Amino acid sequence: MDLYEHQARELFAKHGILVPRAEVTASPERAREIARALGGRAVVKAQVKTGGRGKAGGVRLAADPAAAGEAARRILGSDIKGHRVDTVMLAEPVDIEREFYVSYVLDRAAGRFLAVACAEGGTEIEEVAAERPEAVARVPVDPATGVTTATAVRIADAAGLPPQTVDTLVRLWRVLVREDALLVEVNPLVRTADGRTMALDGKVTLDDNALFRQTGWGDERAASADPLEARAAAKGLHYVRLDGEVGVVGNGAGLVMSTLDVVAGCGARPANFLDIGGGASARVMADGLSIVLSDPAVKSVLVNVFGGITACDAVADGIVWALEEIRPTKPIVVRLDGNNAARGRAVLDAHAHPLVEQATTMDGAARRAARLATAA
Amino acid sequence: MAIYLTEESRVLVQGMTGAEGMRHTRRMLAAGTDVVGGVNPRKAGRTVTLDERAVPVFGSVREGIERTGADVTVVFVPPAFAKAAVLEAADAGIGLAVVITEGIPVHDTVAFTAYARSRGTRIIGPNCPGLISPGRSNAGIIPPDITRPGPVGLVSKSGTLTYQLMHELRDTGFSTCVGIGGDPVAGTSHIDCLAAFQDDPDTELIVLIGEIGGDAEERAAAYIRDHVTKPVVAYVAGFTAPEGRTMGHAGAIVSGSSGTARAKKQALEAAGVRVGATPTRAARHVLAVLGGTAHDGALA
Repeated sequence: MDLYEHQARELFAKHGILVPRAEVTASPERAREIARALGGRAVVKAQVKTGGRGKAGGVRLAADPAAAGEAARRILGSDIKGHRVDTVMLAEPVDIEREFYVSYVLDRAAGRFLAVACAEGGTEIEEVAAERPEAVARVPVDPATGVTTATAVRIADAAGLPPQTVDTLVRLWRVLVREDALLVEVNPLVRTADGRTMALDGKVTLDDNALFRQTGWGDERAASADPLEARAAAKGLHYVRLDGEVGVVGNGAGLVMSTLDVVAGCGARPANFLDIGGGASARVMADGLSIVLSDPAVKSVLVNVFGGITACDAVADGIVWALEEIRPTKPIVVRLDGNNAARGRAVLDAHAHPLVEQATTMDGAARRAARLATAA
Repeated sequence: MAIYLTEESRVLVQGMTGAEGMRHTRRMLAAGTDVVGGVNPRKAGRTVTLDERAVPVFGSVREGIERTGADVTVVFVPPAFAKAAVLEAADAGIGLAVVITEGIPVHDTVAFTAYARSRGTRIIGPNCPGLISPGRSNAGIIPPDITRPGPVGLVSKSGTLTYQLMHELRDTGFSTCVGIGGDPVAGTSHIDCLAAFQDDPDTELIVLIGEIGGDAEERAAAYIRDHVTKPVVAYVAGFTAPEGRTMGHAGAIVSGSSGTARAKKQALEAAGVRVGATPTRAARHVLAVLGGTAHDGALA
């Protein structure tokens, strides 16, 4: 889960990293008041989970409270790379002497975290990394010891950062570990004209798997803006809404991803990803199918299940329940194989619903569902 | 021969006395796995009867190893306790720990995989279906009855895609199928399995199943180009996945332009790997190399 800048800022502050004074709002009037409280001048920053915000007009420097209100009015509701801006953060302007880049990122292949640091931070960091990769230091972090002061000194030396950044590097590692983050990035980390080291902007990605031990996450885990995604999440289903017309329900992340691809290969577009998981019950199947069928963009549904642990007869029962509960009007193509497949097929045969047809292969089922969706 | 798991393997189950552990231990026994005991400190000294077989419960992995000569453990314990379970197994000197548990925080996985490496313990998983050497042994939750022994070695991030391929190639059969799991950090990589299959006399052809996220498939492609002489057939899932969304598996995410299915397919093809556009077509590539006909080959 990616955090907004203001949430990242709060986590940095919690672990003792210096951040500018700032406050978040969704209202231009309130923005004016915040600017006044900050001393008049303020940086108005769109809160969106995407990079390149400044270049897209999402960051404006306001010289006085009236200008801050006006900047907030312009930014709020605007679109930045497909993300609608719902809130802005107003921060005190800081006199910057130097800008640095520091982050801890997961090195998936090595199975450990990597410190990435550069003495030239700011909005051009990606260009620096592409054109002069030697300017970006990459230091592996031993999981057994983490980032101690000695490690932080090595990271700072490797990147040519001043010694004053060492404390921030240690504290940033604490943010990563104690908050169960997969990524922490400060860009820019600045040296101010009055000699302070401060995190001006940042990005944090939290590990969803750690929710069980991170009790303070309630606010950060904003429910998805998509009503169907929110409904699926409430049922504990992995659902991602896409922009096609063939609804897809399957078991196992790999098989469902594959099913989307096979649908696309048949000339239609998948409307969603929905994984009912391993060992799904009839209830889970019924809930999943109901969510997919209630998407108005869906013209046909493809149910593709290979039962490993999942029992195909339970899946068939779930399909029948959903048919009885929501009385759909869209055709459903079902492919069942594996554990209890014969029984599952028999359940659907016995029910003989006019909108349900069975297919014997995954490719055949996808072709049929695609044809039904594009003919509808 | 098979890789990592053979008829000689003596298997402990950590979390055997839980509902999932019990169910799958029963299935492992039915598949011929030599399950020598369970581990649960609170139920040490008891036995659990599963389909008329009495399976002892040990207080620790160390005790289980000392009493039975176990060399494999299958871990079903919940995410909050998985790290401690794996560290204990590595400390006790187990050779192979198969971590089925889904939902383990990445920091825990980083910690226990690093520790296991230092202790010489191989980890498979986490968030994986385990591995099966058909007709010999089954460690995990892969259904044993959908295929038979044969010349194909399979390595995959996805459980259900593994089952799909096992089903399509059921008349051909497999030496070993390894589900390495869909988390961002995995104890065993595609490359580890490729190397093992290359050295395994029972394996004539290798099937590699990948999915979006990370660059494990690109790395595997480079390894194949330089080190693998056996034919390799691949399948990659996630061409239609949108950027920035996690697709079921914690590790299945396209970030910016990295981790795409297209890049993985291109890298594999550049290394001389035949990549099937669908699982069925991948199965047909296998049969074309080995000679034979696919089950689902006759398209509707």
